[in-house]
Amino acid sequence: MKHLPLHELHRELGARFGAFAGYDMPLFYAAGVLKEHLHTRAQAGLFDISHMLHVDVTGADAARLVGRLCPYPAGGQEAGTGRYTFFLNEAAGIIDDLIVTRLGAEHYRIVCNAGCADKDLAHLRAHAAGFAVAVTPLSRAFLALQGPQAEAVLARAGLAVGDLAFMRARLTDRGWFVSRSGYTGEDGFEIALPLDDAEDFARSLLGDDGVMMVGLGARDSLRLEAGLPLYGQDLADDITPMEAGLAWAIPPACRRDGAFVGAAALQARFEEGPARKRVGLKPAGTAPVRAHAALLDAAGQKIGEVTSGGYGPSVGAPIAMGLIASGATAPIFTDLRGRRVEMAIVPLPFVPHRYKR
Amino acid sequence: MSKTWFTQEHEWIAVDGDLVTVGITEHAQEQLGDLVYVELPEVGRKLVKGEEAAVVESVKAASDVYAPVSGEVVAVNGELAGDPSLVNRAAQGEGWLMKLKLSDRSELDGLMDADAYAAMIA
Repeated sequence: MKHLPLHELHRELGARFGAFAGYDMPLFYAAGVLKEHLHTRAQAGLFDISHMLHVDVTGADAARLVGRLCPYPAGGQEAGTGRYTFFLNEAAGIIDDLIVTRLGAEHYRIVCNAGCADKDLAHLRAHAAGFAVAVTPLSRAFLALQGPQAEAVLARAGLAVGDLAFMRARLTDRGWFVSRSGYTGEDGFEIALPLDDAEDFARSLLGDDGVMMVGLGARDSLRLEAGLPLYGQDLADDITPMEAGLAWAIPPACRRDGAFVGAAALQARFEEGPARKRVGLKPAGTAPVRAHAALLDAAGQKIGEVTSGGYGPSVGAPIAMGLIASGATAPIFTDLRGRRVEMAIVPLPFVPHRYKR
Repeated sequence: MSKTWFTQEHEWIAVDGDLVTVGITEHAQEQLGDLVYVELPEVGRKLVKGEEAAVVESVKAASDVYAPVSGEVVAVNGELAGDPSLVNRAAQGEGWLMKLKLSDRSELDGLMDADAYAAMIA
């Protein structure tokens, strides 16, 4: 099992560890998941997300390669902006969901999910043949500071980021990648920095009264409340962006007529409409309903499945997301240890986003 | 005067005559983290040693609690419905889960005492 670059710091902070995507990840620290979650929404939470892969695509054909693999016009992307997008397969299923930031005319930075890192790199390299590009996985620490005090904390730490709006990013003169983005629904920043700089920077942030170290447990409950999908649970290579409720990330022109991998299938799937869709779910009562629970109609027929489920600390109740057949109507149920529990379909997110646009 | 025993599944059992009180250990609650839901058996249910008796759920995951001995459920901790975190605060005290009327005292043989349990988790 791989260790994060700051593994010893996490041990020192009393982390409980668990396996995720081949890494021994800190799940929670001494404060516990609930306090870490609520602190992030109230002040600022520091997350070590160094398990995620950063890849640089550089060279004269960088825009062409990104435009070939992602369903948006990468050549028209403004430098200094990030974009939520996907690698699609030929059936328009999602190979991975990504943030692609253009850092220069011939420089794109792709942030991939840890569990998809190997197949993403293979996909990039397989398609890079014939393009004048270099595909370079980076060795970096990757930290996220999330919450309403994130900007002020970074200013106190000597990192001026107030001019960055949501989904804007830059490289600093020290080579740090700083992006106003995240996975909590809160305002916040994601910072990739050289391994040699990471521990001092993390410790300086932890020295700020507003900052609490936050583990993977609260990262998951925060993103679930924010209605953000998790690859491997809510997204998979047999789920299309339309089914996942992510068609907004694909410009209309690209849905109709694109030259990217998966374009033909995407157009067909878009025109016929999704057979199933991702929805927010609130279980009746207080018991959490977990991923893979079957969703049933009133007659007991299976019409879908919970893809993520747990407890929302800010909501104060169990919450879930699932994929259900497009024609399904309320009431919807699940079987929980032999009990029938109604699952109300609710709009996402459960907690409003507070991005600084 | 009751005597407390421990299982390999991280439950504790306080024995007072034929009445036993069952909970999860301090070590178990530390591993689970913040509990947000506890499901307890119905009073009157007859449990067989090893069967699923309760569920303790953290933010992230649900964990089964197995009946450490056979017996009839004579009481459950009603406080936990409104305050599951009581298990985190006092796992081996006020955060008890259920009381059983023992049906076979011999099932207590082979359980660990506090020292043996401490050695197991060390």
